[in-house]
Amino acid sequence: MTTEILIAGFGGQGVLFAGKFLAYKGLIEDRQVSWLPSYGPEMRGGTANCSVILSDDPVGSPIVSKPSVLMAMNLPSLDKYEKDVLPGGKIFVDSTLISRKVERTDVDVYYIPSTQLAREIGAPTLANMVMTGKVIRECEGISDAFLQEALGKVVSARHADLKDINLKALKTGMAFPD
Amino acid sequence: MSDKVLMKGNEAIAEAAIRAGCRHYFGYPITPQTELAAYMSKRMPKIGGVFLQAESEIAAINMVYGVAGTGKRVMTSSSSPGVSLKQEGISYIAGSDLPALIVNVERGGPGLGGIQPSQSDYFQAVKGGGHGDYHLIVLTPASVQEMADLTGLAFDLADKYRMPAMLLADGTTGQMMEPVQLPETEPVSVEKPWAITGTGMKRKHNIINSLYLQPEELERTNFERFQRYAQVEENEVRYESFLTEDADIVVVAFGIAARVSKNAVLAARKAGVRAGLIRPITVWPFPKKQLEALSHTAKGFLSVELSMGQMIEDVRLSIHDKRPVRLCNRAGGMIPSPDEVLAAILKMQEEV
Amino acid sequence: MIVFQKPKSLTDAEFHYCPGCTHGIIHRLVAEAIDTLGIEGRTIGVAPVGCAVMAYNYFACDMAEAAHGRAPAMATGIKRSLPENIVFTYQGDGDLASIGMAETVHAATRNENITVIFVNNAIYGMTGGQMAPTSLPGQVTQTSPYGRDVKTAGYPIRVCEMLSQLDGPEYIARVAVNNVKNVKAAGKAILKAFQNQVDGKGFSLVEVVSSCPTNWGMTPEKALQWVDEKMIPYYPLGVYKDRSAEVTAE
Repeated sequence: MTTEILIAGFGGQGVLFAGKFLAYKGLIEDRQVSWLPSYGPEMRGGTANCSVILSDDPVGSPIVSKPSVLMAMNLPSLDKYEKDVLPGGKIFVDSTLISRKVERTDVDVYYIPSTQLAREIGAPTLANMVMTGKVIRECEGISDAFLQEALGKVVSARHADLKDINLKALKTGMAFPD
Repeated sequence: MSDKVLMKGNEAIAEAAIRAGCRHYFGYPITPQTELAAYMSKRMPKIGGVFLQAESEIAAINMVYGVAGTGKRVMTSSSSPGVSLKQEGISYIAGSDLPALIVNVERGGPGLGGIQPSQSDYFQAVKGGGHGDYHLIVLTPASVQEMADLTGLAFDLADKYRMPAMLLADGTTGQMMEPVQLPETEPVSVEKPWAITGTGMKRKHNIINSLYLQPEELERTNFERFQRYAQVEENEVRYESFLTEDADIVVVAFGIAARVSKNAVLAARKAGVRAGLIRPITVWPFPKKQLEALSHTAKGFLSVELSMGQMIEDVRLSIHDKRPVRLCNRAGGMIPSPDEVLAAILKMQEEV
Repeated sequence: MIVFQKPKSLTDAEFHYCPGCTHGIIHRLVAEAIDTLGIEGRTIGVAPVGCAVMAYNYFACDMAEAAHGRAPAMATGIKRSLPENIVFTYQGDGDLASIGMAETVHAATRNENITVIFVNNAIYGMTGGQMAPTSLPGQVTQTSPYGRDVKTAGYPIRVCEMLSQLDGPEYIARVAVNNVKNVKAAGKAILKAFQNQVDGKGFSLVEVVSSCPTNWGMTPEKALQWVDEKMIPYYPLGVYKDRSAEVTAE
């Protein structure tokens, strides 16, 4: 199985971080993974995106041009990438920041008020992880131990105190009903 | 979970260099390779190594020249515009027969160009770049694992043949993260009796030099150097061959273009077209013989490049233009999609 | 008793310099400093591109030949690789103050523990007498045939004055070799510039105001006079920076 994930949003929304977490999750599961960020001036507050591939086979191109999973963290991202999602793929929408509905009818759509949910648990900067939690539940599945281990890899030792709140954000997303 | 770690390509080069015994790094900031310098600046002071942010690319490569003269493993890294600035120093290092590693994490050009991945410094890397008759051993990683593995190899080959080596990567392989198993082997140490280390009053003075004012002497030096280059061409060609045995269409691509091409080759096979891939890992020396051999069985060759078509010249030379050679390319920082490459394969299949 | 002999740190190779050129004197002063300190076995010199391009044949220590202007960068690499060795560069005015100015300034500001011998003869000698960054206003050269016009060619660069503004360097001095008294003072300054490195003090540069009879179009004697009359008034001799000394004046 190959999951090709495109995560897109504003710079500062933790798009790259969420991607790294997913990549580490794949690594821990002993799968083939790649993570490719957009880079350069656009990282400084403009749009940011990153491609993550989790696969049972060696990863060819690390560039995700036809995602099977799109995580749209803002409206410009949904506008730009909605058309690229594979038929039968999944689109995750931060419904706090995106008021419109997905127009495609050949994909599964999940509306999660990630930004709102993140605020409610006292972690307004972790909408990325709330949405990631939902993605994991819908697409990938992961045990609690794996979650902890992957978080341990991606949250630097310097910010170890933030592990719990990241885990809480993930679980909030995982628990969010369809 | 294996003992693999997730690393950016740029960081994998840095860590692999340290493991290969490199304790001297000189550089100047430029996108998209800055993670390499940042990694070195963090690690080198802790292991008794030297990280120095030079005042320019020119100064950095000349610092490399100095350390190389003392016989120690040394490197610099940059991206296309910065590597242009280094060409003077690279020519001197080659002209003084010194080993060193230069990393080019390519971006689009010419001029300031862009910051997205490119392979348009191919000519510069394999055809000289600086002035004079010389070559670099040029290795082209296609994965983060190869960023690490080829770094160690580049140091070994540079030492073995007393010549500079270049890792020719691109913005994608530099920026992407993949699992990598870092090398654990001890670096091979090579005797360097030519190094300037101080005579210790025990020997005649050593001179690191590329100046030969007598044309006879300079000619002799160049002929001797090219005898060494001939050995490199004989012994050090590296490439990956993928489904080429029965291939009608042979795709030739390196680095990130080869990864895209591999997907396209698999898709072509599914569509009933016998496609294959030659991925040069060394682009100097170039896998000439291997391509020539395939020209007896294949109907056509497709060079896939992130440039306006540079390697394609070496493909044509290798097969003596016996078969049609087409170009499938994107430039300026764009990367062809597997579908674009597949379309080019299918089109070629129809036409040849 | 031997009262005068060739310094041990010079090889037996014959200098290629023009008659009346002061490079020979300066080579000797450098070699004497190396001999005095007993450091030949651990000294590595870096030759420039310019008239002294073949200095690597004349010094008996290990030598390297740098690209034009890059000697301080190359010396930085050598010194960082071999901190216990003594590393010096020997550069002319075009090499150090024109094409290699960035390398000079940054090696100085890093206080690289190297010794720089800077030979200022106000002209490009090796290439046949073109205007140098240190050519005097009005000076006639091959590329300033009507005299250096400061309106179009700018003013000469006073390297010592400029570098002494930096916090980094340890020792900056200007000397001349146009008479016996000056040669003696130059020898002392060069010795100090090497001693500083042995003591780990840092970047030490000695500018030697020199002559170029061939390209100035003068007899050697007249050229030495010209140093006194024209060069030294524009490039005053003295110690411009000496961090270790209590008084920074001569």
